[in-house]
Amino acid sequence: MKQSAALSLGAAPVAARHRPRAVRLRRHARAYVFLVPSVTILVVFVGYPIVSSLWMSLHNWSFFATVQPYVGLQNYRELWHDSRFWGDLRNTAIYTGAVVPLQVGLGLALAVALQRNTFINKFFRSVYFFPVISSLATMGIVWKFLLDPTIGIITHAMVAVGLPDIDFLQSTAWALPSVILVGVWKSVGFSMVIFLAALQDVPESLLEAATLDGAGPWARFRRVVLPMLRPSMLFASVIASITSMQLFDSVYVMTGGGPIFHTETLVTYIYLEAFDYANPGYAAALSWVLFLLILAISMLQLRLFRYREVN
Amino acid sequence: MASAQVHRDAEAKKAAASEVPVWARRGGWWWGLSRWTKWALLLGGAVIIALPFLWMLGASFKPESDIFGYPLRLQPTHPTFSNYVGIWHELPFFRLLVNSVVFAGGVTVCSVFFDSLAAYALARLRFPGRTLAFYLVLATLMVPFQVTLVPVFELLFKMHWLNTYQGLIVPRATSAFGIFLLRQFFITVPRELDEAAQAEGASEWYIYSRIMLPLAKPALATLAVFYFMNNWNDFLWPLVVTSTTNMRTLPAGLTLFAGQYVVEHGVLMAGALISLLPLAVAFALAQRYFTQGIATTGLKG
Repeated sequence: MKQSAALSLGAAPVAARHRPRAVRLRRHARAYVFLVPSVTILVVFVGYPIVSSLWMSLHNWSFFATVQPYVGLQNYRELWHDSRFWGDLRNTAIYTGAVVPLQVGLGLALAVALQRNTFINKFFRSVYFFPVISSLATMGIVWKFLLDPTIGIITHAMVAVGLPDIDFLQSTAWALPSVILVGVWKSVGFSMVIFLAALQDVPESLLEAATLDGAGPWARFRRVVLPMLRPSMLFASVIASITSMQLFDSVYVMTGGGPIFHTETLVTYIYLEAFDYANPGYAAALSWVLFLLILAISMLQLRLFRYREVN
Repeated sequence: MASAQVHRDAEAKKAAASEVPVWARRGGWWWGLSRWTKWALLLGGAVIIALPFLWMLGASFKPESDIFGYPLRLQPTHPTFSNYVGIWHELPFFRLLVNSVVFAGGVTVCSVFFDSLAAYALARLRFPGRTLAFYLVLATLMVPFQVTLVPVFELLFKMHWLNTYQGLIVPRATSAFGIFLLRQFFITVPRELDEAAQAEGASEWYIYSRIMLPLAKPALATLAVFYFMNNWNDFLWPLVVTSTTNMRTLPAGLTLFAGQYVVEHGVLMAGALISLLPLAVAFALAQRYFTQGIATTGLKG
């Protein structure tokens, strides 16, 4: 990934070593000046809060209090017995499990279908990419209206063709699928762009060679194109999983987590525990569980793709 | 010999072609059907993708009675501009717009500047602690934003920065992602360029601002688009940091008004459309900077 590529530090200028000490010190000082703004912000607003969050999760923390009682792993134990947490985890898992394959699969299909640089293909690409630049929260309002039983054009169209009249966002069965639909709608263009870029890097000569060897279009795709897209597939699915597991905006706007918690996600619960129920210690514990889950899912995908590469 | 080779090649080609059955070959009925299916699917998908935008556009020109009118249609039957007039006094819309511009613009300008400074130091300068600084930045890349959200909220409270512009902007004024993106770019710039400038006595600042930044313009533009888009559209962060209506940004403000059921649908849709407009126009003018960030990070993956 880009992190690992970034790990190889650029070679430093050799000449610098032979300069007099005073000059060297002055150069060091200048380097620090360049780093000060970013490093200060990262330490104060990311580094310290990470440690602080872990610390909070070990306390019965309350905002603005002077004494914070230490409770050890109590918050994590409570979490283990919290059925609402398990329900939210289930919803988040279903959402991620549905959105990631759909987003990556449809994105790949779109990229292959719209690969050539014709006018009509460029038009379609722009349409499919457009939701990526829109705000999920604002468009969530629009989707809520589209799925509304009174003014919703989707509901009316369904009734008009004889399908049942469903109040999507108030139905325990349909609310989560509706949120999933909006999630795929929003991000399918993102995957498409990743695959379009990767497809450009498949050498023409390789495809020609495969054709000469008697490979049809499907075999060419499976045996030549798909293996070359593996790094992009890994990237697309890791990014899609991380974003999906952090779902908040569309749920907050469209359903508020309802009906009866059927669309509530982990991040929605973190938000409510911290800022509505004034329980920041518990919210911090929840956020660490989320972090570990994201880490585990990312690692799992890395392993899975590596394993297949070896075979 | 040579003619035999050519003959064999031709045989191979024929064999390759005959693997595809007649009905599926270019011009066959299956070929035609699959092409039509492909375009029908693409068109159907595009309609679903465009539907929310089209409905929003239509509703923003509809009087409220038209939105509830039967049968429902996308286009207004009695087009009106009243929603675009109403938005400015039914909501504190101008204030929301200003807040969004200040927040997204502020974060973009600060981040691109600070990221490029740090990236330059990490890519080009040699100093004790460089590896440490590098790993520090790397570590912050992995932790999701929700982990730090609660402590940062408390920190901003202690600093009396909640519900202020600095509270919205400063914690976001740099990012590990941006530093990495630019560092990767700076590393590719040939060293001869800055060594020649150094030999002539140019300062680090001169090399950074006059040599590196102009060369990095495409990378800087890509990063700027990335920052502006993400913060313009962001919801959770402004929702947590701001508490009064006059400090909300567009997504947070519009959403809260949508939840109150006092604002007309048409007015809300006019607001949503206006809030989408800056990015839509930027996208139409400079599409590649929107896709480049995604595509290049994907390729390096």
